[in-house]
Formats: sequence, C-alpha cells, structure tokens
Amino acid sequence: MNRHLLSTADLLREDALLVLDTAEQMARLSDRSVKKLPTLRGRTVVNLFFEDSTRTRTSFELAAKRLSADVINFSAKGSSVSKGESLKDTALTLEAMGADAVVCRHPASGAPQRLAGWVRGSVLNAGDGTHEHPTQALLDAFTIRRRLGRLEGLAVTIVGDVLHSRVARSNVWLLRTLGAKVTLVAPPTLLPNAVADWPVDVSYNLDAVLPGSDVVMMLRVQRERMSAAFFPTEREYSRRYGLDADRAATLPPHALVMHPGPMVRGMEIASDVADSPRSTIVEQVANGVSVRMACLYLLLGGADEPEEREVIR
Amino acid sequence: MTGTPATAWLLRAVAPLGGERADLLLAGGRIVETGPPGTLSATDTGARVLDADGLYALPGFVDLHTHLREPGREDAETVESGTRAAALGGYTTVFAMANTNPVADTAGVVEQVWRLGRDAGHCDVRPVGAVTEGLAGRKLAELGAMASSAAAVRVFSDDGHCVSDPLLMRRALEYVKAFDGVIAQHAEEPRLTEGAQMNEGACSARLGMAGWPAVAEEAVIARDALLAGHVGSRLHICHVSTAGSVELIRWAKSKGWRVTAEVTPHHLLLTDELAATYDPVYKVNPPLRTAEDVAALRAGLADGTIDAVATDHAPHAPQDKDTEWSAARPGMLGLQTALSIVIDAMVATGLLDWAGVVDRMALAPARIGGLPDVPVDARSSMDVGAAATLTLVDPEARWVVDPSGFASRSRNSPYRGMTMPGQVRATFLAGRPTVLDGKVV
Amino acid sequence: MLAQADIARIVSRMAHQILEKTSGGGNVVLLGIPTRGVPLATRLATRIHEVEGVTVPTGSLDPTMYRDDLRLRAVRPLRVTDIPDGGVDGRVVILVDDVLYSGRTVRAALDALAEYGRPRAVQLAVLVDRGHRELPIRADYVGKNMPTSRRESVAVRFGETDGADAVLIVGGGAAGDAAGEAAAGDAR
Repeated sequence: MNRHLLSTADLLREDALLVLDTAEQMARLSDRSVKKLPTLRGRTVVNLFFEDSTRTRTSFELAAKRLSADVINFSAKGSSVSKGESLKDTALTLEAMGADAVVCRHPASGAPQRLAGWVRGSVLNAGDGTHEHPTQALLDAFTIRRRLGRLEGLAVTIVGDVLHSRVARSNVWLLRTLGAKVTLVAPPTLLPNAVADWPVDVSYNLDAVLPGSDVVMMLRVQRERMSAAFFPTEREYSRRYGLDADRAATLPPHALVMHPGPMVRGMEIASDVADSPRSTIVEQVANGVSVRMACLYLLLGGADEPEEREVIR
Repeated sequence: MTGTPATAWLLRAVAPLGGERADLLLAGGRIVETGPPGTLSATDTGARVLDADGLYALPGFVDLHTHLREPGREDAETVESGTRAAALGGYTTVFAMANTNPVADTAGVVEQVWRLGRDAGHCDVRPVGAVTEGLAGRKLAELGAMASSAAAVRVFSDDGHCVSDPLLMRRALEYVKAFDGVIAQHAEEPRLTEGAQMNEGACSARLGMAGWPAVAEEAVIARDALLAGHVGSRLHICHVSTAGSVELIRWAKSKGWRVTAEVTPHHLLLTDELAATYDPVYKVNPPLRTAEDVAALRAGLADGTIDAVATDHAPHAPQDKDTEWSAARPGMLGLQTALSIVIDAMVATGLLDWAGVVDRMALAPARIGGLPDVPVDARSSMDVGAAATLTLVDPEARWVVDPSGFASRSRNSPYRGMTMPGQVRATFLAGRPTVLDGKVV
Repeated sequence: MLAQADIARIVSRMAHQILEKTSGGGNVVLLGIPTRGVPLATRLATRIHEVEGVTVPTGSLDPTMYRDDLRLRAVRPLRVTDIPDGGVDGRVVILVDDVLYSGRTVRAALDALAEYGRPRAVQLAVLVDRGHRELPIRADYVGKNMPTSRRESVAVRFGETDGADAVLIVGGGAAGDAAGEAAAGDAR
C-alpha cells in the first residue's frame, strides 16, 4: 500500500484488491455483536472537512472508532479556517497535534495532495473538488463484488454529471483497473472535453445502453448546473437521463442500480427505482464503513516507516 | 548609480554575437572602438579592463512584460528588486505592467514607477499604462496623459485582464495611433474561462480542474487582428500560448496587418502535465499548454511569427502560492532564467542562432516597445557608435536553479533544481556596468 | 525435519489425545489460526471423525487485528475469520496453529476469541513447539517439540497451502529471528 490514499488513478490492481479483501473481513466483524477492534488504539485520526458532508464524515468517524482510533472532527465552519487560516497553517496545526491520519474533504481539487506534502501522517482523500473520491469508488466496487461476485468483465454504466463528479473519476479509474467495462452516459455538456482519452465508452443515449448494463450508477445532478446552461431544464434532463421505472425495467434481471448519495429523487432517479430490490443505495452506506475501516487499517495498521512507502497522487 | 563618474571599459577578447573575438572599448555610453583581441590599449583611455575571453557580447535584453508589483505588493517585489533580477538576467530595459495597486492608469502612477526605476539604476524601466481605468474594461484610461508624461508611455495593456469589449478595443487601437502607441492584449475571452484553473485537455479532465480552452485565447486574437487590420493600428499579443494562436498570427501578418506577438520562456518549455503535482508554482495565466503547443510556439518564434520573448515575470508572496491550487495566484518568476530557457529550447535545438536570440530578446521587443535608437539588425548592434548597452553571456556555463538565491523578493520559480545552460556574467547599461562577475554592481 | 508420513502420524496422535482429553470431543470447536492452522484443524477434525465418528465444528480465527506488534512492521493482510454456526459460547474451543513460538499470536487469538463469546474452556494444539516463549502460554497438544535457535525459523508446509507436506528448519541467518516470521506465516 501507498502511504496516502489520494486517488484511484494510480492504485495498483493488487492494492485495490487488498482493500476489497480487507473490507470483506471488516464487514464480517461488523456483523458480530462486539463491533470494536483494538487495532488502532493510540492512533489519532483527524477528520478535516472543508465542506459539509455529514454522510462521509460520519462514515469515516465510525470506521476509525470501530478500530479504536481517537477521532478528532475538525470542521472548517466556525473554526479558524473560516477566518482565513490557510490550508498549510491548518496542516501544521494538525501536525503539531500528532495526527496519524488526516481524512480531508475539500472544495479544491488536489487539496489533499497538497496537504500530504505538509504533514507526516497519512492523508485520505474524502473528496476533493471535482477531482476524486477514492473511498466512494472502493465502496462501490466492494458493493458490486458482494452482489454480483466479481468485477472483471462487468458492464458498468455511469450516468450524469461526469464533468463535475469526483465519484465518476474515481470509479472510472478503479473499475478499469479491476477489469470492468465502463460506459459514461451524459449530455455532452456534462462530459469532459477530453473524454475521448479516457478508458471508457461514451453514449448520449441511456435507453440504448441500459439493456447491456450489469450495473448502472446514477450521479447527482446539481440544480445550479441548469443556470450555467449545461442543460435547458430539469424536466428535459430528467426525461433524457433520469432513471425511471420504465427505463429500469429494461435492465437485465440481475443488474444493480447504484447512487453515491445524496439523491435528488425525481430528478436523476425515480423513488420506486431507488427503493427497488436491485438498488444498493442503503448497502453502499453500510459497506462504506467497512471499506473505510480497511483503508484506515492498511494505512495505519503497520509500522510508520516501512521501506516501501511512497507518495501517490 | 546616476552621478557616478563615467568610466571607460575595455572588454578584452569578447565574442560579439558569439562570432570572432574582439576587443570592445566602451565610453560615453557607446561602443567607441573595436579591434582584434589584445590590440586595444586601456592605458590611453584609463579604461578598466574586463577579461571577457569565452563570453559572448549581446545587446542588452528588453522585456516587454514584467510585473514589478510596486506600488501595492512590495512584499512580493519592488521596482528595485525586480530590476536587480532583470539586470542579472541580462536585461537593460523592462516594461513594467500596469496591474499594480493603484493601477498604473494615470500619469501620476506611471511617473512614480518610472522614477523608482531611474533611482534604482539597475535597468531602464518603461511603465506600461492601463488601457482602461482600473483595468475594469469599461472606460478608457487617460492614455494621452500617460504618453506625454515623463514616463513617455507607448505600450498600453490591461494585462491580467482582457480588453474583451470589442468596441472599447477598437477605440483603444485607434486612439493610440496619435502617439504611435501599441495595445498589448491579454487575449482571454472571459466567459470561456470563468473559474478556469489550467489548460483544458486530457490533464484537466483527469485532474478535475476547470479548463482554460485554447479557443478562449484564439477567438480574441482573431477578433483583434481583424480590428487592427480594419483600423490600421498596431496590435501586440501578450504571452501567446497555443498552436492555434501561432497560426492566426501568421495569417494576420500575411495580410500585412501590424500585429506582433510575444511568447514567454515557460510556454516554450513547460507543459500542463506539471499540474498533476497540484503545486501552484506551475499555475500561470495563460496556463501551461500541451507538448504540441510548445512545439508550435518554438517554431513560431524561430520563423518570426512570434516576434519576441517576454518573461511575464510574475512574483508572488509565499502565502499566495503555498495553498491549494485554486486559491493560488497565477504567475511565475522569469527574469533570471529567461536566457537559459531560450538557449535550451531554441539554440540547443538548432531552431535559433545567436543573432536570432538577439533579435527576439533585444531588438524586436525594443522596436515593439517604441524604444529610441534601436539597431537595425543584430550585427549593427556591435558596431562602433552603437549603444554600450550589452550583456555578456557565458554560453558554456551550467547552473542549478536555486530560487532562494534570486534577486527577486519572491521564490515562485518553476525551475527549482533544474540544470540550466548559459549564464549572464555582466550587463552594461549605456556604458555603465549593472552586473559584473554575475553579481549586481 | 518431518516428512509427509511423520506429519500424518503426528496428526493422528494429536486427534487421539484431543478425544481423550475432551472425553470424546462432543463439545469441541476447532479454530485454526490462519494460514496453516486452518488445514491442520481440518485434518484433526477429519481424523477425529474417522476415529470416533463425531463431527467437530471447525473454523478459523484471524488474530491479526489483536496483535501487539502491528506497528513493528509493514501492515499485515487480514485473514479469514469463520466461526462455525453454533458459536463458541459454552464450548471447548481448541485453537490450532502450526508453530508455537513467542506465544504472541496465541495471546492475540485469545483476545479475538473473547469478542465472539465465552467458551467453557480454551485449549491450544500446535504441530511444532519450537520454544522461546515470551508470554506465559503453553500448548495442550504438541505434535513435535523441536528445539531451535532464535536465528533459525521453522517452516511448515501443507499440501492444501503449499503443494506438499513437510516441516523444515530454515536458515540460521537473520531470517531466523522475529523479522523472519514472514507475513504470510509460512515460517515461524
């Protein structure tokens, strides 16, 4: 394993599988009555969140606590950060507090990578701007593997605002590494200009892609994209790219419907699809804790300075 | 400094323009005598002798695009520190950009900058005047007042911002004809670059950063070239960064329109792949582009489509760079590394000879900037009677970039740790040394 | 040091000892400590079934996350924990491992086991006891006492995990001390 978890783009296949296998063991432990493990006793994990995200922060907090780490929640709101303290000064403060790991959510792409250059501890990217959200992709892969038994050769369709989605980026790289075939479906305005360089297929027609999909992953579409002319109206978006019951019925029987949350019901996904048996949305949340336990264990569970440690992006 | 009694200097065995060695005698601000090496005598004139064996003599460089940050951000750079860096880089004239605080949009501010430059004495400072009041792009600044001031402004630019209003741009181009001014356009269509962080392409897609598309530069260049052609005015394009821009400028020149262009050293060397570090030392505006753009820029500079190298020296205080990428200010130091990069990118690759370097770094920018007394070509810059405004370069030197040793007050050099070819050993401004033995006099 | 036939004989003897000491093995659960405690536990269960006709529930218990030496080396991959249906409450749990050395793995396994319930008794079965205990732990069933130097390491091979059965003493070099206790558990 690398010293930090910043991106799935350069996560080796063997390391990705190690995370998933470790998460599998963590998930089994979560099934028993005593859920706590002594593994990270004496280690300090700081949740450094510059954006509100109760869901991700809570998931990391629970993961760290189940491994007996001390958890400090350092939220940017109402702290010195909102009074203009720089990311670097915040990093130096955490360093002085002896943080062994910093879980960082930041609105700027690359902020966790910068942070990694300033602290001794491990940095876990909990979502940076429109760049990556590696633990989300790992938990998605974990969820798919648990449900369908494998990732190799699966057809995964990612639908929605790929341009601004850190979840999409992390999933594209990770699923590719793990042998799945990814298709992106979005209006052309919500795809990166250079998407042709990505190891994916691209389609503008959701109906054409669904019958061949083993997994369809719906991304949240933020309403403010409409005012920036990425698409004309919510109604038009929903009609062309939303997953309603009729569309979901064209999926193969075994196919999964995923969503990283928070969902906009009625916009990108209909309620009855989100609540259907093929939906993994609730499972994804539970699996998130196991996957984050695995990541924390693999980054913090060994010696501080084994020789093979190195920084990845 | 001004007031120091003028001393004659004898440059012994120097190689003018990298050619045959010769002795050069400098006196009264001019080259007064030349002869075969070892033939001129210092005792007749009381000249100090500089053993310049192995050094090339080139006319002093002219930078059309320098940010000196004074007034307003003296923590990042001052006229004194910036011109010190310029002299060490072989420059004898710098054009100081207008985006200071207050903005250089009045005769008062440009005269202040000009005086600070004169008092520092490291090189000539020619202030650039803002095109519009406060760089706001709404109302023309008093261009004529700046032209008639002691600073005698000839170059006007809202650099940092594009004069995006086509009518305002047309008026500016027309208006400065009255005093042979030139509008230096920062070509960036603002609506296409809202929130932009880096070149739009494969890297920006992967790194999740908002893209600055090449078309945002090219669209403005096309429009302004057409405007300049229509009104018969001079247009200068700042920091050309894309292959498409080079093509458009080539086309505009083929029409006979008075369009000139500059390229920065960093756009001749670095690519957007560096943004993968998320280190804002690589953040600059216009952004670093692709390897294909770099190749086109080099070719354009070689064939004269791009007239000049300009540094866009942009010092920034540590707190403006030690941040996450999106919070950092764009810009890089350039004055002390420009020549080495031009050697690396253009001379070592065989794209440009030393006469070409002289043209792109000294003569062409001097002409574009409206300096007086510009030699007609590289050869005549070394003739008896030419200005003794020279830089002496050791072409064989190799040095490792260490920004902590730079004269600039800032340290935001993207070349830290790189080994560079060629080093300025001495600089003479109108016969007076500003740099000797690689150190500021 | 031991060949396939030796190992089969030893396993058979250990199975008889377990039956004797647990009065027929009726209330026993065998938990192998990965990696090679697991095939050993399975072999013991098979032999017990052959001898006595009883089916002893068999599973695995990974003590990794309870170890006291995690921070002394690169992170260890987790192994499977599989507690048989019926759990461990009130049962006689026999922990099974290939090599008993410092005792730290067994200590960690005792902690891990406690999280799954409260056995009536916990016993320990090992194929090889090589000495050098660092904790007050002893085995109830020992296949073979094998005095070694700390500089050596003992490698147990099973057909299930390694292709063939064997017990080897390896090295005498630096690989023999704690650092040589490879992460995969193949040499202790």
